[in-house]
Amino acid sequence: MSKEWPLWEIFIRGQHGLSHRHVGSLHAPDAETAIMNARDVYTRRNEGVSIWVVEARHITATAPGDKGPIFEPSESKIYRHPTFYDIPEDVGHM
Amino acid sequence: MADAKFEALLRLGDNALILGHRVSEWCGHAPVLEEDIALANTALDLLGQTNLWLEYAGEVEGKGRSADDLAFLRDAWDFRNVLLVELPNGDFGQTIMRQYLFDQFNLLNLRALTESKDTRIAEIAEKAAKEAAYHVERSRGTVVGLGDGTQESHARMQEALNLLYPYALELFITDEVDDEMAEAGVFPDPKSLEDAYLVAVAATLQEATLDLPEAHFGHRGSGKDGRMHTEHLGHILTQMQWLQRAYPGQTW
Amino acid sequence: MYAQMVKSTGKGVKTLDEMEPEERAFQEKVDADIRIEPRDWMPEGYRKTLIRQIGQHAHSEIVGQLPEGNWITRAPTLERKMILLAKVQDEAGHGLYLYCAAETLGVSRDEMTEMLLSGKMKYSSIFNYPTLTWADIGAVGWLVDGAAIMNQVPLQRTSYGPYSRAMVRICKEESFHQRQGYDIMMKMAQGSEAQKRMAQDALNRFWYPSLMMFGPSDANSVHSEQSMAWKIKINSNDELRQKFVDQTVPQAEYLGLTVPDDTLAWNEDKGGYDFAEPDWDEFFDVLKGAGPVNHDRLEARRKAWDDGAWVREGLLAHAEKKRSAKVAAE
Repeated sequence: MSKEWPLWEIFIRGQHGLSHRHVGSLHAPDAETAIMNARDVYTRRNEGVSIWVVEARHITATAPGDKGPIFEPSESKIYRHPTFYDIPEDVGHM
Repeated sequence: MADAKFEALLRLGDNALILGHRVSEWCGHAPVLEEDIALANTALDLLGQTNLWLEYAGEVEGKGRSADDLAFLRDAWDFRNVLLVELPNGDFGQTIMRQYLFDQFNLLNLRALTESKDTRIAEIAEKAAKEAAYHVERSRGTVVGLGDGTQESHARMQEALNLLYPYALELFITDEVDDEMAEAGVFPDPKSLEDAYLVAVAATLQEATLDLPEAHFGHRGSGKDGRMHTEHLGHILTQMQWLQRAYPGQTW
Repeated sequence: MYAQMVKSTGKGVKTLDEMEPEERAFQEKVDADIRIEPRDWMPEGYRKTLIRQIGQHAHSEIVGQLPEGNWITRAPTLERKMILLAKVQDEAGHGLYLYCAAETLGVSRDEMTEMLLSGKMKYSSIFNYPTLTWADIGAVGWLVDGAAIMNQVPLQRTSYGPYSRAMVRICKEESFHQRQGYDIMMKMAQGSEAQKRMAQDALNRFWYPSLMMFGPSDANSVHSEQSMAWKIKINSNDELRQKFVDQTVPQAEYLGLTVPDDTLAWNEDKGGYDFAEPDWDEFFDVLKGAGPVNHDRLEARRKAWDDGAWVREGLLAHAEKKRSAKVAAE
């Protein structure tokens, strides 16, 4: 079997002002072709104004087992959220 | 003037129609899914352009013929496409080489047409030129990649080029229709596009490590005026027009 | 369905108490509708069954390009040609999304392709039937895509994240497919005598194969129970088949076409139609390779794969040359 083209992760900005969002993946021999393939595969219905491609093997991710130590500590910091504070209605919008 | 404009519009429409038809034959059969999808996009763009050009051709002719009438109810001698686009797909390399040789012309032609004194033509060209710019980028990249790829891919691309390049030169032969349209500022003189075309093609081939063959378009008569076609065109039409011919006058 | 006859590798459904802690945590997540992601722990049976199911679904999409692709060059108008081409292209896209989802489970697209071509993996039996007339293109869109949507909509909630996200994307795109099929059928049914005959003939040929798409009754199947516990199968085959018939019969009536089933009758008690089962012997024969076009379908895929090898290798070789030239320059 011949060598397979690398896998690329595709990120598309749907409208001006929004962040790029992961939409899926595809195969391509190089970055330039990955962009073109992404255009042909993932924007057939006018879905995008900007495309990022990243070769999948270059993505570093959190390990599922780390979920506790990484994400749970922020759960207790409820004072970061605006709803934590009671401001009298008389003060007006804040 | 109206006759020449009708003829000239048919050339645009028929090139797009026949090439779009050929490229659509790949759907489901391409070397890799990503290419399958990309080729279908190219075919869809070309068929969309066909619709616009032939619809306008029908209006200019003034006999009430629609784009569909022109596409499905003319016989081979009434088609005005160049021979290049009706040639069989061959292998993927031949298809992509044909695509690049046409795309490069189509882009230059459409860009010139955005300056047409006929505003309808200029508008259609404006839209189509954007599509063609992407087609060139894609087919050019693939020609370069395969030309410079493996020994086998290089050999296949050189073979495709040797076969197709003489046909590409038909795009630049001129006749009375071209003269009249260029004179009126409606269509560019094909000859005026040739230098830019040759420069662009040479650059691509160099990057693709392919050799430009010594060649000229030697056929007497051209698809542009219908005096010449390959036998392939008739077979394309037997498929394309089958339903309209077998069940005339129906709504589909 | 596209995943008809996928056997899960589990050995019957275990209770939570019978599970080791890891598997129990996994099952509790599934039960709570929390998606399983690629790097999460999962039972080996879940992974293997998913690969088979998603792979078969992906293969069905790309083999499914062929019967409809068969009419792209013969579509009767420019607009119909473009619509059909766009539709068949979508199917290639759906195949691509699904292969990518399966790849997150540790199998490559090339490996799955080899398994399709060697017959180790299957595709839906429906694509082993030929499209003989233009009305068949209408029938495929209306009935085959109709049946597919019925299965795919619930799969948007399937437990495996990448699969579920692929299904969301597919369902969004799929909604135009069934409509364009029905639109073709309407034109034919309202057209000339010949067109009406063509439409009826297409319904006659595609009705039972469409019912087969949901697979045989799975009332007592251990495999189905396991797949449902894992939420990679959401409804039973019979449930979906009933839903499909109930939805489709009135649509056929609207067209003035006759469903080719003398026993078809509304059953007030169950609030659905009684209908005849398809010929399951035919189903198993077709699945084993005896359909009218099994050979053609696989041959077309094999040819595309073999003929395309030099292209895939050539473009990769060029990319690698460029990469090393860049490295050398730095």
